[in-house]
Amino acid sequence: MKIIVCVKQVPDSAAAMSVEDGKISWGDAPLVINPWDEYAVEAALRLTEAQGGDVIALSLGDENAKEAIKHALAMGCSEAILVNDPAMAGADTQAVARVLAAAIQKIGGADIVVFGKQAIDSDVGATPSMVARLLGWPAVTLVSEIVECTQSEIKASRAMEEGRQQVAAELPVVLSIVKDYGEPRYPSFMGIRKAARASVPEWTVADTGIDLPSAVVTWPNVMAPPEREVTNEIIEGSNPEEIAAKLADKIMEEKVL
Amino acid sequence: MANRVWAYVDQFKSQALLASWEVVFTGRKLADQLGSGLTVLVIGSHLDALAKAAIEYGADEVLLVDDPSLEDYRASPYAAALAGAVGENKLDIFLFPTTTRGREVAGMAAIDLNTGVLVDVTEIKLDGDKVTAIRPVYAGKLLSEVVCNAKPQLVTLRGRAFEKPVPDAGRTGTVTKLPTVMAEDEIKLKVTGYQAAEGGVSLTDASVIVSGGRGTSNNSAEPPAEITDESEKEIWKAQQGFILINDLASVLDGAVGASRAAVDAGYVPYVHQVGQTGKVVSPDLYIACGISGAIQHLAGMRSSKVIVAINKDPEAPIFKYARFGVVGDLYKILPPLTAAMKERLEK
Ligand SMILES: Cc1cc2nc3c(=O)[nH]c(=O)nc-3n(C[C@H](O)[C@H](O)[C@H](O)COP(=O)(O)OP(=O)(O)OC[C@H]3O[C@@H](n4cnc5c(N)ncnc54)[C@H](O)[C@@H]3O)c2cc1C
Ligand SMILES: Nc1ncnc2c1ncn2[C@@H]1O[C@H](COP(=O)(O)O)[C@@H](O)[C@H]1O
Repeated sequence: MKIIVCVKQVPDSAAAMSVEDGKISWGDAPLVINPWDEYAVEAALRLTEAQGGDVIALSLGDENAKEAIKHALAMGCSEAILVNDPAMAGADTQAVARVLAAAIQKIGGADIVVFGKQAIDSDVGATPSMVARLLGWPAVTLVSEIVECTQSEIKASRAMEEGRQQVAAELPVVLSIVKDYGEPRYPSFMGIRKAARASVPEWTVADTGIDLPSAVVTWPNVMAPPEREVTNEIIEGSNPEEIAAKLADKIMEEKVL
Repeated sequence: MANRVWAYVDQFKSQALLASWEVVFTGRKLADQLGSGLTVLVIGSHLDALAKAAIEYGADEVLLVDDPSLEDYRASPYAAALAGAVGENKLDIFLFPTTTRGREVAGMAAIDLNTGVLVDVTEIKLDGDKVTAIRPVYAGKLLSEVVCNAKPQLVTLRGRAFEKPVPDAGRTGTVTKLPTVMAEDEIKLKVTGYQAAEGGVSLTDASVIVSGGRGTSNNSAEPPAEITDESEKEIWKAQQGFILINDLASVLDGAVGASRAAVDAGYVPYVHQVGQTGKVVSPDLYIACGISGAIQHLAGMRSSKVIVAINKDPEAPIFKYARFGVVGDLYKILPPLTAAMKERLEK
């Protein structure tokens, strides 16, 4: 079985974000693999462990994206490809999806493509469905459990607002994975060494066989959220009952109930 | 002349999600500003009651793709039905709710209609027929202005961020049924079952959330003797705290939230997680119990209207964001607080 897992590089979730001269800054916080994508890598690895086969990590990004790729390799992916094209700086989600879909086709022969649920920087969560549409494959997004997977079919549960939807889809298929699936493994020592030595081929957009897609969505302005004026008030009292009564009155005064 | 503003209604078992009516209601306002009518598209099965409600919330024209094969949501036939309904119509704006299905269908529509999508926006401004939207990025640590330079401009609206929809039973409109586009044997995905979530109010719809963190495990009560495993003991202890949290939440008609630490330790399932890798919420009232206020947690709840923090540690960062704070033990404060709220709400 051939599985491709798409991973993105993002600022660490602990980063305090700011805007300097109109540019987004994450200070000196490190860039890391998108946390959701670790679940995707985990799912891809478990599928090949059960079925045999290889997992290829695919990322679109600049030099920095190599860290995300290294992490995926260290977890156990056997190969990786970086699509690195300066013309893609400022690309929107549909442009990214078009390039990823083209790269997936260029790699060829994939049975399953696995995505994270969402990138924690842009918070879009639409790349998996867009790629599925471009490839014409079924999209099984928000997978919380893979019940069974054969060479021709996958049975999975999806986490939706109202509960779990169980589906069976024909391969090839696009998946996105949510946290219920199970904790991602830590890279092993051997894995880290292997990843450090791995050579990662770099492609331009032209190498994927399509013309440069143009960005449709642009973000002319990014800003810090307006400072919220919160008046902090510590509720005190001589016993819990008194504190609770005071707090209850204060909550009622806010008229939010 | 076709309407230039469209809205998509996300439904489950022939019931619209509340966020769908927010979308229709906002669509109505935008259509009025543009001097256009509003078309509402509903895809599913047994949709007649929904069509009537869509008109009450602001639709002039309702398009129903109503077919047994569309009973359960499946991305491909829904996306195909949407593209089929749009056809050659020239629309400026197409609004969706940011539900799991709404987000997915909108993403696929961006590919089919050769345009882009502005996801999970919290504000919309119109300049002529051009939308400028505001959306939180980095889990709300920053805000971004976004525009879509192709048409239709697809936009998904965050739930509870727009005006509360009010139905008007006197409104009139037309209902048109469209045929489904994909035959069953062309659809490569079957729905084989469905398992309802445990009851309770969902986090994203909730106007009140009471959340618990790792602090819930700091409980002096001793677990029953048959629990010997240390981590099982910790879980038992913490769950006693979540019982108190649940009691308060149900008095307030609210939902139960949790920090990632509480979820990872196995106190409550992941559906309850609030934060950067959980749900981003903005209820009217958020009560954090035994939660320190890590940046990833704050990212998911700091836009709540009123924040209350109960924490033993006066230095906990959460207090900086809290309108009201109690420095104390959640196990001591929650029972009398629940009783006091019950009394005040006459429950
Ligand atoms: C990639 C990544 C993503 C993350 N995403 C999220 C996310 O989505 N959501 C999230 O919440 N976190 C997230 N985190 C984790 C986050 O960094 C914190 O670890 C987590 O929020 C801490 O949870 P906590 O406040 O419950 O625990 P702690 O930080 O341990 O705080 C427990 C608090 O309880 C108080 N306390 C103890 N006993 C009592 C008592 N009896 N009564 C009252 N107070 C008491 C203590 O004073 C302390 O302040 C993420 C981390 C990473 C690395
Ligand atoms: N530049 C990228 N390179 C590789 N994968 C990506 C990229 N952007 C997004 N993805 C994948 O798509 C998922 C959803 O991203 P998004 O739609 O941007 O929130 C991520 O979890 C990744 O799996």
